[in-house]
Amino acid sequence: MRVTAPFGRRRVTLTSADDVGAYRVLHAADPDGPLPWPGQFYMLASAERWGAGHDERPFLPRALSFLAATDGRLSFMLEDVGPGTRRLCELGAGDELWLTGPLGSGFTLPDDEATAARAILAGGGVGVPPLAAWAAALAGSGLAVEALLGFRDAEHAEGARLLASVDVRVATDDGSVGHHGLVTELLAAELDRDAAATVYACGPPAMLEAVRALCNERGVGAQLALEAGMACGFGACFGCVVPVRDDGYVRACVEGAVFDAGRLEGVPAH
Amino acid sequence: MIGFCGLTLAHPIVNGSGTFDAIAAQRAFGDALIQDFPFSAFVSKTITLAPRDGNPPPRLWETPAGMINSIGLPNRGLEGYLEHDLPLLARLPVPLITNVMGSTAEEVSRLVEAIGERDEIAAIELNVSCPNVSTGLDIGANPESLGALVRAVRPLTGKPLIVKLTPNTADVANVAVAAENEGADAVSLINTLRATAFDPGQRDTPRPWLGGGTGGLSGPAIRGVALAQVASVAQRVGIPIIGMGGVGTGEHAYDLLSAGAKLVAVGTENFRDPAAGSRIAAELKSLQIAETPSTSVKMAQAQVEVDMNSSD
Repeated sequence: MRVTAPFGRRRVTLTSADDVGAYRVLHAADPDGPLPWPGQFYMLASAERWGAGHDERPFLPRALSFLAATDGRLSFMLEDVGPGTRRLCELGAGDELWLTGPLGSGFTLPDDEATAARAILAGGGVGVPPLAAWAAALAGSGLAVEALLGFRDAEHAEGARLLASVDVRVATDDGSVGHHGLVTELLAAELDRDAAATVYACGPPAMLEAVRALCNERGVGAQLALEAGMACGFGACFGCVVPVRDDGYVRACVEGAVFDAGRLEGVPAH
Repeated sequence: MIGFCGLTLAHPIVNGSGTFDAIAAQRAFGDALIQDFPFSAFVSKTITLAPRDGNPPPRLWETPAGMINSIGLPNRGLEGYLEHDLPLLARLPVPLITNVMGSTAEEVSRLVEAIGERDEIAAIELNVSCPNVSTGLDIGANPESLGALVRAVRPLTGKPLIVKLTPNTADVANVAVAAENEGADAVSLINTLRATAFDPGQRDTPRPWLGGGTGGLSGPAIRGVALAQVASVAQRVGIPIIGMGGVGTGEHAYDLLSAGAKLVAVGTENFRDPAAGSRIAAELKSLQIAETPSTSVKMAQAQVEVDMNSSD
């Protein structure tokens, strides 16, 4: 599913910003933007002082899936992991963003009756936003929805609170909350118990690669929202390519960023 | 309106080859892209004879005030371009310039002949930043090899022929003169500057970050290089120049025009602002109302010449 973006970037104002555990959540007023589809993303840059940070960066806008969207309001969740996210994390109410989007294509409902009854949202870390947006969209759809989310530690696991409407099980690397181990261990056990499901996943590349492999092994349909380094988000730079079966490289920004796991040769490490 | 090699353009701002995909952009932005098309002519990405996958990722690296790309010229190949892309690009509301590259004069000749036959295409741009298969040096890096290539392909088309010069050469003006002497209708510059970056996660065993090993630096970081090279070329050739390199505002475009460019191409800024072309054209227009470029060109050129002579 793809909602077309207004042409060009637009200047929007943050109405508020909160800290949720290790993450920052930005809320922006976007009166001129359309309602996006879960899994779509936006290119964000601070309207002021974008640049002149660490290593004289950032320079390019950053791609972020939206966390929530209602009636002219958009929310994003991010973590300070580099010069771009650091600058965005500094912003608060009244600060302005340059915004382009929504871009890419989002998640789709399962079309196979055997797997259409149950959706498993699997992911973690900064992969939470598209899963939270999809969980909100699926509420009331009749699908049984459960979420399996992995985080580094308890502070990061606070991010699980952003999936309000569904049953969430958490795994942490340090065992401080929930399952001590990888979220993919929870997913494998869940699919071994009952493989009739569609998996929707977003998270770090290594985790997505593990989700891809274990779903493909079991013949379980999965849609993966990929993160790929991109300069533009609308197909201009050809930077964000991923290898797909029988078709070489395709751009994550226009062909994805959500891909059927069966189409991918693998999830790139960067 | 601006005349350029027989084309009539609405304003002086075009895109740099490979920095805007009008087909993909229409998927993202819909018909609004066509209604508000940001450039006065559209330059295609580089087309080669055979299809190319491009380089393995990672393909991008952000730098201070710019970026390095190592894309590797992915494209459908000549046949795929003519069949799939050209019918879509022909619907754009502006003239189409097709950029081609080959590693031998024979390859480039086949491309120029095939492109030259299509009425939908207004002009041809030669990407000469390609290694010569026998010497390994970029064809555009010296006047002899560049001159030989232009001499070979010039008679094959009546369409305007633009040579996209590489900045990775000892004296870009000498190469520009060779292009003019062999019948090029225009030159465009600068292409990206060869650059690389090491993987920050592998400092113990240094290795390039980019899948292609090296790439090209673009963005505001190279604006000063572009201005100097355009000024240098403008003093040596009479054919029109498309100037580019780090242009993000009307002021930057104005400077390149003052240095002697006839048109200005926007590249990396398109990534940050999809409608940068029309914004820069509007900013430029308001600046041009304040001053007439023709009176200032010679002064600006003379100043650059003085500065370059005293800079080392």
